[in-house]
Parts: sequence; structure tokens; C-alpha cells
Amino acid sequence: MDILYFIVQQTMFFAIPLLIVALGGMFSERSGVINIALEGIMVMGGFTSIFFIHIMQGTISGQLLLILAILVAGLTGGLFSLFHAFASINLKADQTISGTALNMFAPAFAIFTTRMIQTVQQIQFTDTFFISKVPVLGDIPVIGPLLFRNCYITTYIGIGIAIVAEIVINHTRFGLRLRACGEHPQAADSVGVNVYKIRYAGVIISGVLAGIGGLVFVVPTSTNFNATVAGYGFLALAVLIFGQWRTKRIIFAAFFFGIMKTFASAYSGIPFLKGLPISNEVYKMIPYIATLIVLTISSKSSQAPRAEGIPYDKGSR
Amino acid sequence: MKKKHNLLHSEGTSSFFSAIMAIAVGLLFGLVILLISNYKYAFPALITIIKGGFTDGTTGMGQVLYMATPMILTGLSVGFAFKTGLFNIGASGQFTSGAFVAVYIGIKWTFLPPSIHWIVALLGAILAGALWGMVPGILKALANVNEVIASIMMNYIGIYLVNMLIVKTIYDPLKNQTLPIAKSAVIPRGGLDKMFGVNNMNIGIFIAIVVVVIIYIILNKTTFGYELKACGLSPDASKYAGINDKRNIILSMVIAGALAGLGGGLLYLSGSGKYMQVLDILAPEGFNGISVALLGMSNPIGILFAGLFIAHIKVGGYNIQLFNYSTEIIDIIIAVIIYCGAFALMFKNLIYKLTRRNKMEKEEER
Repeated sequence: MDILYFIVQQTMFFAIPLLIVALGGMFSERSGVINIALEGIMVMGGFTSIFFIHIMQGTISGQLLLILAILVAGLTGGLFSLFHAFASINLKADQTISGTALNMFAPAFAIFTTRMIQTVQQIQFTDTFFISKVPVLGDIPVIGPLLFRNCYITTYIGIGIAIVAEIVINHTRFGLRLRACGEHPQAADSVGVNVYKIRYAGVIISGVLAGIGGLVFVVPTSTNFNATVAGYGFLALAVLIFGQWRTKRIIFAAFFFGIMKTFASAYSGIPFLKGLPISNEVYKMIPYIATLIVLTISSKSSQAPRAEGIPYDKGSR
Repeated sequence: MKKKHNLLHSEGTSSFFSAIMAIAVGLLFGLVILLISNYKYAFPALITIIKGGFTDGTTGMGQVLYMATPMILTGLSVGFAFKTGLFNIGASGQFTSGAFVAVYIGIKWTFLPPSIHWIVALLGAILAGALWGMVPGILKALANVNEVIASIMMNYIGIYLVNMLIVKTIYDPLKNQTLPIAKSAVIPRGGLDKMFGVNNMNIGIFIAIVVVVIIYIILNKTTFGYELKACGLSPDASKYAGINDKRNIILSMVIAGALAGLGGGLLYLSGSGKYMQVLDILAPEGFNGISVALLGMSNPIGILFAGLFIAHIKVGGYNIQLFNYSTEIIDIIIAVIIYCGAFALMFKNLIYKLTRRNKMEKEEER
């Protein structure tokens, strides 16, 4: 039983940031804008929020600081994503251009700024956010140790985001309009929806969530920020496509990948896997190979938004 | 008169002008950042960046050519796939697998005659890269798997597989890197090392230029290249015209992979001091390739110059460490330049309007 608890707890650390960022990507892509800048936005969000924690940790600590940092991360991500929105919506440029530019800009900017301020490029922070046991809830048998022990508040925020995202995209007027802009913007425009505004909203939401995802990735896995999120932005993109741009499938995809990652990184803590004569590197490859296999079987009917990646031009037919 | 008119309106000219504009904006942005971080040395630092490879005479220029070589090839890889409407984000994995096979042959296959050893190693790199690119190609063509996600997965599988194989076969545990390659596997220097005063300098840059020309010919002068571009511009129309799009997708990815693999081989067969490290980090050369391809507007000749340019200001970036600036400023500048590529459409319209106005004025004078 302890092993099961351990696996679930570990899975959360991998799956939650992927989930948050992939859901962010969903808002952008379902509005019709491909967002390969997720990686860069994550780095930017991680950078400002960890820097915020670094400065503020003398005065406040614990969950309040983390929540404030999440706000900082979200704000940064949202602002940074405006550059992507402007290039791909107003300038009607190829959406890989601004995405690549943002991905390149973010780590360079983070390292440059940090070096100018403190000579070392890593930003240190003290982890005062770890919750070894949530009061009351942590004592519930089975569910307590499964979900409410050895965790971070970010886990619940991530799950909350998933629920809200599902409601917003499938059960609100805004969600319907957003989806319309991604499928057939001309039709949406003809009934009075402002396609540009909706697409801006989609990209900004993706920026906010990716920014938060950057922080959520760094906090449980490290005690310093080194201007990288280890390719998680690209993995989130993969999870988004794997999840066929649909909330529920994205949740499934994120956890599928998270569990695979957990086996890969923590297999030595799982007795029956430890005994097998398989090298460390093979375990590391498994999540990626498994994803490829699942995709091969399941991709026949892609449900990508139809107008994805195509700039909306009012004049075109 | 008519000729001049064509020149001003040609695709190439306006692309060139918008590239120059983008570079100017990027450098200006860099200057602002330099001014904010330390205004005292900002101007000398900017001049050092612009002078780039020319600062240290021939050594600097050699350094530029050496650095540009792998970037040109990964740039070609990404650009070639772009032409077919595919986004090859997997140049990194293809680069790494090519590098590994080249180094492996370079270390183990000493039974080969010395004169062809390095050639065989490079061919191995091409094959490995092609194989790595083929997987997303086949998955895309036959199972409709999005090539972006497949390439990302192949990047990670590549780096872990290569790390495992290095440790099992050609590992130097003391230094956590590969063993040195045999002398005969080092790409011939052709006297360039002495001419430029750069130890690693070799004929790799000429190989890159030849490949650029070959890719240019394939894309612009052959039916195959035409078919590839047709698939990129309009998959449905090309299918209707009887072009085998599945075959073209696979071939395009195979060629893209081969190019990136060759880039890996060229870099790691340069000898002295170049070893593959065993780290869980994706090769940055692959991602640089995206920048180079975008800056070169996916045109092989454009990519050649884009690669040289980026290498040029990167060398400038090393030099500004003298003024206590961090080299990352270069990546910031390059990012801004690429971002300005998004304005290309606007620049083009502007140039078009300006030239048209000139023409109309002239006609009125007449």
C-alpha cells in the first residue's frame, strides 16, 4: 500500500504542471492559435515568480508566499504571451515564428537578468511550501495518504484549474465562442463574435496557465531556478495533442505521462521493478516510447481545431 | 527599366530588406538592454557584437565558419521540412543520433583505410539522422500522428538511447564523455586550421556549402522538389494532381533527418577537444536550427547566410564578456530578430507601396 501512495504522490509532481500547461495550450489552440511558446512562457513565469520568492522569503513564508508567487507567475505569463498574440493575430504571421522567438528569449533573458543582479545564474529559494499532511483530510483512510499527504497546494490548484477549464470551455458562452473561432472563424464573425478579441483571450489564458505551470514545475522538483523547465513546455504540447485538444483526454494524457515518468524516475523505490536487469536509461525512454505507441494506435482521427494555425483575415473567404 | 522594376518587386529583394530591418531592430533592442544593465560600456559592447567574427582577424572568422557549420545543417533540416509543410522540431534528436554514430564509427571502425574512415563516419551520421527523421515521417504518413509530437518524443528517446549506447560502448568514465576518435576519422583540415589559426577548423564548412547547393537544386530545379513544395503549399491540391503525399512526407522527413544527422557528424568529428557528453540535455543545435531556418526564410541560400550571421554575432557575444556582459544578450538579440520576422509581411507591403508610389510619380513626370 505504501508503494501505491508513493507512486500517486510522485505522479502528482510530474502530472500537475503538464496538466496546467497543456490546458493552457488548449485554450490557445481551440481559439485557433498554435502556441509552441509554452516552454518559453513557463520559463518566464518560473523566473519572475521564483525571483519573487527569493526576495520575499525573509518577510513571508509558507502557503501565502506560494499563492502570491502563483499570481506573479500567472501575470508574467499572461503579459509575455501578448507578444505571441500580437504577432499571430494582428500581424497574421506564421505562428511558429513568435513561438520560437519567445522560447529563445525567455531563458536568455532570465539568465542575463539574474547574472546582472547576482553574478550566479541560479536563483536559490527555500521550500517552505511542502505539506507533509493536510489537517483532518490527511487522516481519512486510503484517500488521506493517497491525496493529502506529502504534497503541495499546487496539486489542488491544478485539479481546480482542470475542473474550471472543463466548465469554461464546454459549458459557457465564452467557451462556445472560443471553440467557434478555432473551427470556423468566418462563421463566428458572421454572427457578431469578435474573432480577434476571442483569440487574444485564448492566448492570454494559455500564457497565464503556462506561467503558473512554470512555477508549479520548479517548486516540488528543485530548490533553485536555473532558467529551464527541462522541456516541459514541449511535453505539455505533446500532452495537448495526445489529449486531442479535449479537457478530459488531456487530464488522462497528463496522468498517463506522469505515471510513466514516475516509473522512470522512481523505479528503484518500487521493489519488483528494481530487481529487473534493465538499465536506467531504458526506464527514462519508456514514457516517450509509450506515448508514441499510444499515439500510433489512436491518431487515425485527429480532432485538431480546423482553423488552427491559420491567421484570421476578415477579407478572405 | 523593366528589369529594375522586377528586381525591386522580387520576393528575394523584399525578404532581404525585411531581414535587414529585423536585424536593425534586434540590435537596437540589444543596445537598450546593454544600456539598462551597464550604460558605461554599452556602445563599445554593441560595436563588438556587430564586428563579431572580424574582431580577432582570421581567428575570429575561422571561429564563425566553424560555429556556423552545424547550425547551417540543422537550419537546412528544419527549413527543408518547412517547405513540405512539416515542422521538424526533432532536429535535436536527429543531430544527436547522427553525432553518436559518427563518433562510434570514428572510434571503433579503425579497420577502415584511413583515407575513407571519416567519410564512412559521416555517411553513418547521415544514415542515423535519416532513420531518426524517418520515424515521425512514417508515423505521420501512415498513422496520422502529428509530426510535432512524434519529433519531440524522438528527441528524448534519442538522447537517452545515445547516452545508454555511449556508456555501453565508447565511454570514458573518468571524464563522463566519449573516448577520443581515431585520427583518421577527423575531418581533414585542408590547411584551414593554419590559415585561420583555429584548431578545430576543417573542411566541414565546404561540405555544408555543397549541401546547401544540393538542397537548393533539389527544391528549385527538380520535379521531386516541386512536388514537395506543392504538398507544403496545398496538400489537397497536390493530392488531386496525383502527387503521392504519403511518400513525400516520409522522404521529406528522411532528408531533413539526414541533414541534421550530418550536422552532428560534422561537429563531433572535428577532433581536438570535441567530445559527446553524457547529459540528459537535448542538443541545442537542433533548436538553433529552427531560428536559422526562420531567419533564412526556409530558403537554402538564406539559411546559409542566416547561419553565418548567427555564428558571427555569437562570436561577438563571447567577446563582450570583456566588458562584463553575459553572452546571453546574443540569444536575446536573435530572439528579437526572429520575432521581427513576423513583421515581414508588413515590411513587404510597405516596400511595395513605396516602390509603386515612385513609379507612379515617374510616370506622372513623363
